[in-house]
Amino acid sequence: MTQLESPSATAGLHRLEVTVNGAAREASVEARLLLVHFLRQELGLTGTHVGCDTTSCGACAVLVDGVPVKSCTMLAVQAQGAEITTVEGLAQGGQLHPIQQAFHEEHGLQCGFCTPGMMLTSVAFLKENPRPTDEEIRFALSGQICRCTGYQNIVKAVQSAAATLEEA
Amino acid sequence: MAATHAVRGIGHSVERKEDARFIRGRGRYFDDITLPGMLHMEILRSPYAHARLVSIDTSAAEALPGVVAVVTGELMAQHNLAWMPTLSGDTQAVLVTDKVRYQGQEVACVVAESAYVAKDALELIEVEYEPLDAVTSPQQSSSEDAPLIRDEKEGQTSNHVYHWEAGDKDATDAAFAEADHVVTLDTFYPRSHPSPLECCGCIADVDPATGKATIHLTSQAPHVHRTLFAIVAGLPEQQIRIISPDLGGGFGNKVPIYPGYVVATAASLLIGRPVKWVEDRTGNLISTGFARDYHMRGELAVKDGKMTGLRASLLSDQGAFYADAQPTKFRAGLFHIVTGSYDIPAAHVVADGWYTNKAPGGVAYRCSFRVTEASYLIERLVDNAAHELGVDATRFRLDNFIQPEQFPYHSATGFVYDSGNYPEAMRIALEKLGYDDLRREQEEARKDGRLLGIGIASFTEVVGAGHGKDYDIAGLRMFDSAELRVHPTGKAILKLGVKSQGQGHETTFAQIIAQELGIPAEDIEVQEGDTDNTPYGLGTYASRSTPVAGAAAAMIARRLRDKAKEIAAHLLEASADDIEFEAGNFFVKGSPEPSKSIQDVAFAAYTNLPDGLEAGLEGVTYYDPPNMTFPFGTYAVVVEIDRGTGQWRPVKVVAVDDCGVRINPMIVAGQIMGGLTEGYATAAMQQIAFDEDGNCIGSNFTDYLIPTAWETPEFDLGELTTPSPHHPLGAKGVGESATVGSPAAYVNAVIDALWHAGVKNIDMPLTPDKVWEAMNAAGMPE
Repeated sequence: MTQLESPSATAGLHRLEVTVNGAAREASVEARLLLVHFLRQELGLTGTHVGCDTTSCGACAVLVDGVPVKSCTMLAVQAQGAEITTVEGLAQGGQLHPIQQAFHEEHGLQCGFCTPGMMLTSVAFLKENPRPTDEEIRFALSGQICRCTGYQNIVKAVQSAAATLEEA
Repeated sequence: MAATHAVRGIGHSVERKEDARFIRGRGRYFDDITLPGMLHMEILRSPYAHARLVSIDTSAAEALPGVVAVVTGELMAQHNLAWMPTLSGDTQAVLVTDKVRYQGQEVACVVAESAYVAKDALELIEVEYEPLDAVTSPQQSSSEDAPLIRDEKEGQTSNHVYHWEAGDKDATDAAFAEADHVVTLDTFYPRSHPSPLECCGCIADVDPATGKATIHLTSQAPHVHRTLFAIVAGLPEQQIRIISPDLGGGFGNKVPIYPGYVVATAASLLIGRPVKWVEDRTGNLISTGFARDYHMRGELAVKDGKMTGLRASLLSDQGAFYADAQPTKFRAGLFHIVTGSYDIPAAHVVADGWYTNKAPGGVAYRCSFRVTEASYLIERLVDNAAHELGVDATRFRLDNFIQPEQFPYHSATGFVYDSGNYPEAMRIALEKLGYDDLRREQEEARKDGRLLGIGIASFTEVVGAGHGKDYDIAGLRMFDSAELRVHPTGKAILKLGVKSQGQGHETTFAQIIAQELGIPAEDIEVQEGDTDNTPYGLGTYASRSTPVAGAAAAMIARRLRDKAKEIAAHLLEASADDIEFEAGNFFVKGSPEPSKSIQDVAFAAYTNLPDGLEAGLEGVTYYDPPNMTFPFGTYAVVVEIDRGTGQWRPVKVVAVDDCGVRINPMIVAGQIMGGLTEGYATAAMQQIAFDEDGNCIGSNFTDYLIPTAWETPEFDLGELTTPSPHHPLGAKGVGESATVGSPAAYVNAVIDALWHAGVKNIDMPLTPDKVWEAMNAAGMPE
């Protein structure tokens, strides 16, 4: 994808090999290319959004080796060798992940812009803490901004997903 | 209700259709779209708030490999596009030609093969400025020696923008002369920003072969934008197609036309390739439609415990261009709703707008045109009045509410309130809160040195503009539209002139059709946002989608139902006058069997028609509401304040809303909780502030504070239903009630906790340092 490469900087391209949503991906990228732009433009995974550019809002959160990372503040080359999960990788075999089902059922989203980052951060959190209190959920999501919902239904959705995951 | 439940009609919490794509990361926001040959645009912004443009050298930027064009004001002027009209009849610079008038103003644009290269090139543009003194407040702007900001406007000799009045001055003066008590409040409603999580932007694609301009645009009002593009750019309107795709929130921020849209479109036209412009967060916060920025004085006349008169005077900080997005006849929006929920016989509003060296905009941030400022002023004033009179704030409100039997109620400033039951909303809220117990707890807490406060706000909004005779945007009457196409197999597509930004239109509007025609909601697809493909409408803002487009949807469904009756009569071999309709079935009066379903009738509309009847089951309607709707409610907040730090937190938030008939209660509750959060944000932390040089302090999310799940309180919702008598479904609109009504409740709670010490007002946002200083100034013991 030439549109990402500054013609003045083609000499400084770096080889990048990552696994994204289970598939091996390779590319030559500029050192300065942000991970979020690699995912969105190079791979066409547009479910990861950019909301603030300053690591404040979490709309760009993805999982890098299972850990939530704000991909607007990570260089693509820093992800060399990593396993990355984006919102597109949540559903498996046509089955929604319990967090997706819960956000839908509990009305945990309105405009949908923060939703991918919210869900991915919640998934990582529930692995660490499968039976959280509401307060623990609110703290875990305090790096994510939602302008629409007021968070209450997001907390309910995470609780609901926790219950589903525990049953599974 | 069982029948409507089967088709998921009105009153059911139907899970949202639009979620299917959003939870999978398959939403389509404009930045997700890539067109072949697409170029990228970035904007160079002024570091100064007020400065003459001396020179601009773009040669180094143009020489950078990958740069296709650098656009300056001079180039735009050659095409007569350096200036554009605003929504309030003023003009606004697209790119600077003479002088910069606010920090962050658009100076030049780079169009390049990639966004990274475009950003590189911005740093190579050399601009020489001659800085001028900045004007940063209306008080400063109105002084005689203030620099003239709009020196390019012929006949403009001061920074004054407008003077506007509403109500009856003489009657109000008389009420004050006879009052036994007058309560005054001076307060500043600070500048804030809607900041939807998705910033603004566009992809302009002008086809060199056909001349057709397709513009993917972050637009809450795509049809209005098409017309304005036609007028601004001189393009034939049929050659402009605005597509507003999924929007990552709007809240008023996506109502105006911004310079970036105009330059990207001009660049695409001149270069012959699509041009994408993605605004960054700093650009969004410092240059696009701000909200509020009202310096207000309110005075309330009270006689024998009754409110008898209200005066409000306003100084409005308009920024450098008067660009309020509001009905053109009302220079201070609908601020004159300021008498609120109270039967105040006389009122007078005086408003003056002033230019300053700040970004223009004046958008109604989740608010129906300055209703938020009005609601805040009256609810703060009423609370202070109760404190000063030594009466309970809820008692004082109950004694002065417009009573249920007074509707339709003619307000002193000229509104006709459609319906309401204010005492009942208050009663429900106090019951949920346990008000009497809380007052006792407050007394006890105070003895222990704990600061507990209870704040009430009983707001009334005015939403759902028009009617079109009095309410227009840039001359366009504020009606809205719905086009319904029922297909032969009984499935339907509904096309609307409004545009969802997360409100769930695809679900709610399908439920309206399900209710009216009996077609299951899941069989109805709702389409919006594409001006080539939807009927003309004024768009989604000011809580007008359900009041106006919702009514249009109901009316077109009823018109098609009437035609369906004729077809059913033909199928049942009866007279159309004898046909009855219930829950999707047509039958002869008095005998429910045999019957024909809406699906049978739809099929017959294309296959088996009576003689003389046109084929098809499709139609379009344009609904001009006879009046606005007036949602209302009571919000009650309990806060605790830490004396040592000034930190305060809401420990209980009760919200009782009456928005008329609720079409999808789950979505309505979601709207209310979102609004309560933005109300809390406004009260507690959000502010776009400026220093004395006009530097914007609040240019990113680490300076412009937005609450996360951690700070945001839990909400306890209650409801009441008083239908609007003039809306076909009895609905009123709800998206903005809580942003409008709740800030005063939070602030009233903090003041209630501190009143005994002599603290009568703290201006928003109530940051801990301001609360702490107020407590110190009042001499409160540590």
